Amino acid sequence: MSHKVIIPIGPYHPLQEEPEFFRLYTEGEKVVDIDIVIGYMHRGIEELAEHKHFDQVAFLVERICGICSSSHPYAFVLAVEDIMGGEQNVVPERALYIRTIVDELQRLHSHLLWLGLAGHFIGYNTVWMWAWKYREPILEVFEMICGNRNHYAMSKIGGVRRDIRDMDIPVLKKTMDDLVPAVDMFKGAVMDDPVIQARLKGIGVLTREQAIEWAVVGPTARASGVNIDIRRDDPYGVFDKIDWNVIVEKDGDVFAKTKVRILEMYESINIIRQCLSKMPKGEIDANIKDVPPGEGIGRVEAPRGECFHYVKSDGTNRPIRHKIRAPSYMNVASNKVAAVGGTISDAAITLAAVDPCYCCTERLIVLDKATDKKLMNGWDLIRLSQEKTKKMQEGRL
Amino acid sequence: MKLLFNYLLFPGFLFSACVGLIAGWVDRKVTARIQWRKGPPWYQNFVDLMKLLGKETIIPQGASRMTFLLAPFLGLLSAVLVATILGVSLRMPLESFAGDVIVILYLLTMPAVSMILGGSSSRNPLASVGASREMKLVLGYELPFILSILAVIIRSGGSIQLGPILNQQINFGSNLASWPGALAFIAAIFCMQAKLGFVPFDVAEAEQEIMAGAVIEYSGLPLAVFRLTKAVLLYTIPLFLIALFWAGNLSWLALTGKYIAVLVIIILIKNTNPRLRIDQAMRFFWGPVTALAGISVILALFGL
Repeated sequence: MSHKVIIPIGPYHPLQEEPEFFRLYTEGEKVVDIDIVIGYMHRGIEELAEHKHFDQVAFLVERICGICSSSHPYAFVLAVEDIMGGEQNVVPERALYIRTIVDELQRLHSHLLWLGLAGHFIGYNTVWMWAWKYREPILEVFEMICGNRNHYAMSKIGGVRRDIRDMDIPVLKKTMDDLVPAVDMFKGAVMDDPVIQARLKGIGVLTREQAIEWAVVGPTARASGVNIDIRRDDPYGVFDKIDWNVIVEKDGDVFAKTKVRILEMYESINIIRQCLSKMPKGEIDANIKDVPPGEGIGRVEAPRGECFHYVKSDGTNRPIRHKIRAPSYMNVASNKVAAVGGTISDAAITLAAVDPCYCCTERLIVLDKATDKKLMNGWDLIRLSQEKTKKMQEGRL
Repeated sequence: MKLLFNYLLFPGFLFSACVGLIAGWVDRKVTARIQWRKGPPWYQNFVDLMKLLGKETIIPQGASRMTFLLAPFLGLLSAVLVATILGVSLRMPLESFAGDVIVILYLLTMPAVSMILGGSSSRNPLASVGASREMKLVLGYELPFILSILAVIIRSGGSIQLGPILNQQINFGSNLASWPGALAFIAAIFCMQAKLGFVPFDVAEAEQEIMAGAVIEYSGLPLAVFRLTKAVLLYTIPLFLIALFWAGNLSWLALTGKYIAVLVIIILIKNTNPRLRIDQAMRFFWGPVTALAGISVILALFGL
């Protein structure tokens, strides 16, 4: 059979919440080639960043991705602090711990989110709902310590914006304790299920050589046996002061990628627990006034892999060049080898297995049906959410 | 007149559609509770249908009009006919006619055929992938389904009529209580899951892969008819299995209880499995399920 049919996945497709376009060339059910078209979401962030103050850019880059929303600002402030002599020399120690905790909480919520989506993509909606249910307490913790569920705004140049208060620490510890049985359950339910193994094992294989050739990063690379992790290779925060392991799997298939992410959740819980017990008292902000001229880079291990920021400063209050490379940019391209050769069903989960970054932003208004009058606009909702956060912080909820 | 009443109102179209839609709600509600959601109110499936009826029917350019529009009705008419035959036979086993089991078997394949016809005629690559998957799936599950029914036929002395099959069970106990009956029932449950198009065998409609597959181009009334066919099948197929395997007691109460029990099995399978690939589904049906059904036929032949 040489009759090629094009099966489009995207730009609008239930599989991808973000507009990305995969053109699958198929013969029957078999995928023989794939075209990857990205660029539907270009927002000109690098150019925008060059017209904003250093402090504003941290907020801007947070909006690159709704899920890695700690990694991008963190990498940006790392780059700026690199100009000033390095994170470890500029930032107070307590702030380093807080940054690490937020970074790992983000990894937990991101991996749970991916696990749920992966379940959804292979038609296992129960895993989807359960994973997202257990993700909810983490978002609550975020709201408690940062005031927001998804955009944390914690990193600022020279420190962090908010302190983790003493009264929050028991709640954080309890959330971590509660999460361990949940992750245990997923480990059992996902990794021992014969049907899931039949669907995921040997699917979308990216060999070690291919992984290096296509320069994939993060869990995608670690599942193919490439032992890289920025947290260990180029430590930031307090990752060098803490005892943890890099999870590496050899098989390179979707099952290995799932396994890496599930096992990494245990490491994240472990890191957060250690940080909470070791965290010293003290300042959280170095009150930086000026950024000297120079150039610096910041690298952060986002849940999807290495997130890279380059900043060049000329001594004014704006970066004159800001370059960003998000991990999905490297990982999505590897589908060219991983998805070809499988079936359409396999392609769906393979494309999703690199955890391409979804940024979903929603606006909401509440209308009175009878009079068509707006009962709540954006500001009312912000006020509502702020009131709830306040209640949570005062321990009334 | 009586036939028309039977076909259109009770136990045909109206009754089976209502029961099917409510069973569909039970499915959605239980699924929602399993997944820590609230789930829709009981009338959700009815209003969904109403809404679809009010929508515009779009016929894709270059599609073959007649086939595209008639295919869903073909499925619905056959499904309702099965519901009528079954309903009448269950109430009055003597009114069944010779060979109705064979007729039901044929008619139960028609909804799948209508999906294939509709999908192929809609001139969409995703729909044709869906149609080809449905075709393969039919080839996969029909063999074990017929084999498992063969076991029942052998047990009731070679009768291919519902009346004697029911009478035999009423007099000598359900088929389910015997080894061949139980094995054949398990095989038939898997086939039913595939016939209903539920996870793990919903490959033909796989939302995340081929976006509803065969029915992707359908909208408005024809889509509503497809939905209605599914609802009628959700009532009919479990009832057919109950009539074949579990008909020791045919009072209203017992029938309702048995129907709910089978429905729960369907929902549980649906919610504790991921979707299989089409080749895995084929292998599953032609391997273990056919073997199971085959063993039950052999056991039945030995009169166990």
